[in-house]
Amino acid sequence: MTAGGRSLRVRPGARGSAEADTADDLAEQSVTREEAFGPGSPVVVFDRVSLAFDEEEVLRDISFTLIKGHTKLILGASGAGKSTILKLILGLIKADRGVVWVNGERVDQLDEESLMAVRADLGMVFQEGALFDSLTVRENVGFRLYEQTDQPLDDIGRRVEGVLGFVGLSEYIDRMPSELSGGQRRRVAIARAMITKPKLLLYDEPTTGLDPITASTVDDEIVKLRDLESVTSIVVTHQLRDAFYIATHSAVPDDGRVRIVPATGEKAEQAEFIMLRDGLIVFEGTAAALRESADPYLRTFLS
Amino acid sequence: MFTLFEQRLKSALLDVQQYVILSAAALRASVTRPFYFHDVVEQFDAIGVGSLTVVALTGLFTGAVLALQTGYTLDQFGARPLVGRLVSASMVKELGPVLTALMITGRVGSGIAAELGSMGVTEQLNALRALGTDPVRKLVVPRLLAGVAMVPVLTVVSDFLGIAGGWLVASVQLRVASSVYWSSITEGLVIEDAWMGLLKPFVLGFVIVTVGCHVGLGARGGTQGVGRATTKAVVVASVAVLAVDFFMTKLMVFVLYP
Repeated sequence: MTAGGRSLRVRPGARGSAEADTADDLAEQSVTREEAFGPGSPVVVFDRVSLAFDEEEVLRDISFTLIKGHTKLILGASGAGKSTILKLILGLIKADRGVVWVNGERVDQLDEESLMAVRADLGMVFQEGALFDSLTVRENVGFRLYEQTDQPLDDIGRRVEGVLGFVGLSEYIDRMPSELSGGQRRRVAIARAMITKPKLLLYDEPTTGLDPITASTVDDEIVKLRDLESVTSIVVTHQLRDAFYIATHSAVPDDGRVRIVPATGEKAEQAEFIMLRDGLIVFEGTAAALRESADPYLRTFLS
Repeated sequence: MFTLFEQRLKSALLDVQQYVILSAAALRASVTRPFYFHDVVEQFDAIGVGSLTVVALTGLFTGAVLALQTGYTLDQFGARPLVGRLVSASMVKELGPVLTALMITGRVGSGIAAELGSMGVTEQLNALRALGTDPVRKLVVPRLLAGVAMVPVLTVVSDFLGIAGGWLVASVQLRVASSVYWSSITEGLVIEDAWMGLLKPFVLGFVIVTVGCHVGLGARGGTQGVGRATTKAVVVASVAVLAVDFFMTKLMVFVLYP
């Protein structure tokens, strides 16, 4: 079955883990387009992905599946390969071995031009924001719409104001990035990433270097986007407090406002942790399972 | 020792390969969509209009000093009236294109490397790609088009001001009549000289911009890496300008003056 002109193949029951042996195994069982893009369908599939920089192996046989509407929280020490996973999803770097599916496309095989179409459905919040420092907040947030669409400028302006309102930064619309604080820059980066309503948002250390109060406002934005805009998310972080907060809270509309409340059991299970160590996945499971783990490395990491 | 040499050779060859790939990608992108017209206009202004003053002053003083230096030498052969011919031939065929290119290298090549290098180390280039915009189309092509189009224009300005500077010195200092100065130019210059002086800047503009972009896009290692990239861009592009000028001159002498 095709999705966007390319085959999308998933193994039945692959929900929650990518256990397929090879891409060919995956190819044997195709799903319909409705199944592929309906609830419970995989948005990202990593199948035995390995990558090395020079002699150093950064990722080793990494396999996981991210289901639509769910959240993956990737934890690990510095240099464990967390951010590399996000770059592989975006196709910014290519895997040495293995298969990477994103929204039904094999990004490990696509050339730069074809990747542009895949990236149209993705949003990425880079560490430190990576805002374009010569553009205003308005131009940064609306970049995709200004550059890649023929929408009237008024419409783009309204959309930009809308997403900046969502992250609570409407009054900063005409500022330059250098005039913003670290937390504000991250929130502008989130607004930029969500401007085209992507299906999948990737966060690279969104709260690193921020004070706890500012970090919690960024966490709230991530939770709001996931629960109110149905955005599938991957959050790479080594900030445990923020990771657990995102995993165990949900956003609910309440009389025109948004409340952040503790997540219910089913909602909490939709957020899964992946712990990386030396390029390997050493844990995959929910927040509760992570807390209960007896693994000495995990205990040390969590302590 | 041999391993180190081997590593450096491999690294140099890889660098050349990446430069060729970038240049080919930029050429391909400059004739296919999407085309960032606004950025092209911006770069024409930044590279062309922005470099006008420095190029004009360089041309003016080069022509003036050339007349000053050669005037007295020509005097020894009783050929002072030919100073205009010497200044114009030197400016149009060689000094105009090369000095303009070197000034553009210092001003524009370094700026391109620093700008793209900073964007690289702060992940702005990755952000651009993640937002679905090809950095080659958005950043390299506008600079390339502006470089290729504006370096010849600036060279003409430099040539003209160099000849004017020579005329000032010739008439004020050397006491050569203006009519003698200008007529020696029109008698001395041939169309082949103009071809030589006008074709070189297109290639030199291409070299300056592509080297700046290649070095900038490859910058690694934070602000220190950006500094290194800026220096490298100026050094490599300056040497490349002189080398390309030599080989083009050799080729064009063979083709234009058989």
